[in-house]
Amino acid sequence: MHTTLTLLHDGRADQIEVADLARPAISAEALKETLGWELKPEGLCRDFMCISVDQDELVGEDGLDLRVLADALQRPLVSDGKHAVASLGASHHDRGEALASLDAPDFTLPDLDGNLHSLSDHRGKKVLLVAYASW
Amino acid sequence: MPDLYGMINVPTVVWIDEEGRIARPNDASFASNRFKLLTGLDSRRHLKRLRAWVRGAAPALTPAEVRAHQDLPTAADQEARAEFTLAWWLSRKGHADDAERHYERAAELAPHDITIRRGSMRTRGLNPMGLAFLKIAVKSALTRTPLYRPLKDSP
Repeated sequence: MHTTLTLLHDGRADQIEVADLARPAISAEALKETLGWELKPEGLCRDFMCISVDQDELVGEDGLDLRVLADALQRPLVSDGKHAVASLGASHHDRGEALASLDAPDFTLPDLDGNLHSLSDHRGKKVLLVAYASW
Repeated sequence: MPDLYGMINVPTVVWIDEEGRIARPNDASFASNRFKLLTGLDSRRHLKRLRAWVRGAAPALTPAEVRAHQDLPTAADQEARAEFTLAWWLSRKGHADDAERHYERAAELAPHDITIRRGSMRTRGLNPMGLAFLKIAVKSALTRTPLYRPLKDSP
């Protein structure tokens, strides 16, 4: 008997089938489809990078343990069992490394008319990035 | 954007040069002195620096200076954002009561993050311009934890 878990990550909400909401595990296929990582003999791999991981701890009867996976990726994982939803945050290590590189992280946001604009569209010009809110 | 740039309040201003590099990191500066009495921030020095940089009359910070000023996110900061994302999703799905403990946990993890604490108030039925924010402001003053964090070279 499987339950659908909503996994919030990277600005998305993916539906994943899990056997146990208290200890969610996902299939290798779901791992690749949702997070872009693959489990290989050398560890968790994406593009040209692999992260060492204790595969005995990661791989169980129901699939790949999401909490072990989050720990390996240094990403926070918090959940609400009642509503079968979990939120996988960004790694502080990745965010810090990106900011310390001084390359301004690119993003895309809509204007008031719904037209999308990316920071990278303005390359070649000085940009003043102002974050404001009317709360 | 607060997650990508590690922003914890608004206004937050970042200078980005022609190559897409951060030339001045997260700084608290308003466009005018309209809120100076409340915030203690004087916008004039920042605007003067900004104009000089844009006109090429003065350099921005060096890469070493930018890194020295950066306040990089911690594991607790990122866990707080994950809790906030979860709470926001629950609120939007009509589970405001269940969202509450996740908002509270986010605030415990990152009490300095006003984008989370004040940014969640309307969803929680609180007035971000009213008593709920006033409580944060008073506690901030009592604990000497600044709500606004201008760069140390700012006025």
